Amino acid sequence: MPKYALYPGCSLETGGIEYGMSSHAVAHALGIEFLEVPDWNCCGASSAHMTDHLLSLALPARVLALAETLPVTEMVAPCAACHQRFAAVEYELSRDEDLKRKVNSLLERPYTGKVKLRSYLDIFANPETLEEIRKKVKRSLKGLKVACYYGCLFVKPPKVVNFVDDPENPQAMDNIMRALGAEPLPWPYKTECCGASLGMTKEEACTKLCNDILKIAKDSGADCIVAACPLCQQNLDMRQISVEKKYGTQYRMPIPFFTQLIGLALGLDPKTLGFKKLFVDPAGVLRKVGAA
Amino acid sequence: MGEVNFSQVMEQNRSFVDKVIEKSGQDIRQCYQCAKCSGGCPGSFAMDYLPNQIIRMLMLGMKEEVLKSQTIWVCMGCNTCTTRCIRDIEVAHVMDTLRQEAIKAGYAEKGRLVTIFNDVFLSTIRSYGRLFEAGLLMMNNMRTGNLFKDAQFGLPMMLKGKAKPFPHRIKGRKEIKNIFEKIKRMEGK
Repeated sequence: MPKYALYPGCSLETGGIEYGMSSHAVAHALGIEFLEVPDWNCCGASSAHMTDHLLSLALPARVLALAETLPVTEMVAPCAACHQRFAAVEYELSRDEDLKRKVNSLLERPYTGKVKLRSYLDIFANPETLEEIRKKVKRSLKGLKVACYYGCLFVKPPKVVNFVDDPENPQAMDNIMRALGAEPLPWPYKTECCGASLGMTKEEACTKLCNDILKIAKDSGADCIVAACPLCQQNLDMRQISVEKKYGTQYRMPIPFFTQLIGLALGLDPKTLGFKKLFVDPAGVLRKVGAA
Repeated sequence: MGEVNFSQVMEQNRSFVDKVIEKSGQDIRQCYQCAKCSGGCPGSFAMDYLPNQIIRMLMLGMKEEVLKSQTIWVCMGCNTCTTRCIRDIEVAHVMDTLRQEAIKAGYAEKGRLVTIFNDVFLSTIRSYGRLFEAGLLMMNNMRTGNLFKDAQFGLPMMLKGKAKPFPHRIKGRKEIKNIFEKIKRMEGK
């Protein structure tokens, strides 16, 4: 049974609660065990790395050090923004002993690097688990056209995030969707930034970036955009109504998480997967696959 | 941008340029201005200088212009520039360093909304160990004076169980506070 330390991050119990719900439900169905990192703290996100370099490493390093107390060799962070902060710790501290000592002098429990970060997408998209998923599909998503949206931080910059996938045209989520029977569309905005980090400070720029993504997905013929990052998801889902108002359009584009679609195909109840938590009504998607 | 005397600014700001190179770990002198960073930048439409121009200005020692630019506060850290740079410069990392330097030098006026947001964000982490979204939103709006920013999302978020009325306090709050305190002492702030 694959076993991973899980870093839920601040959004999996709040803004991205459906990501958390569906992640746990799907893991249970696939026999994946998650051990939550005890007493974890916020990774500091962009606010820390914009403000202070040491702080941006020390906060996630404390979490990795706590993960080292668990009987695991790997940790996953479903939020792409958190994932990249942990990746930065691994990348920078493995190349600079002085920096590692300095960061460790700030922590109660030292970070050794014993537990490695693994991409959350990869624990589903690896060949063995894909095969397991294929075997367990009870409700094929045949006929569902999906635009896989990876966002920035699971795939960029490739030398830091250490995830073997094409940073410009990644395939991990596309492969998962194919295993579920869905049709992942070729579209050009898979990793284009949605501007979530400008949502509070420069909203008009953020709205434009969201509009571009929604428009291209719609024009590509997508029934929904599948997300892997809770910040992107919230931005495209919750702000969609403001985007529509500003640009005089009507996308009504549901933005489910990829784990919600895995759960749907495994035959799990949409309620336990948090479909009701989405802002844009996913009824069309559920009907299309016979789940409503 | 007014008149710039290149030999003068380079003379005055050589140590600043060296500091940015050292702190970011990026040798910007490797840049030969192919401008791929700017071509792929999703935020370029809202910037006053394009990312490749910022790098060039930095190479020329134009400290004030760079630190006072809008660009460094528009950068979203998506890392498209870093991913595509054929000279292997982590441009997004340089932007982080420039923001930190702008704050220190008191030049962050154009980034006022960003620095307020970051301060409030980090203060909730310092107090609780985790982010407290409702508190963040309220404190941020009070400090920016934009009282109703995103207020329309408050009730729907609560109803969907996506926003909590009270913060979660981790046990290791003292450890977190120590991290902040020690850094402050280390960096002599």
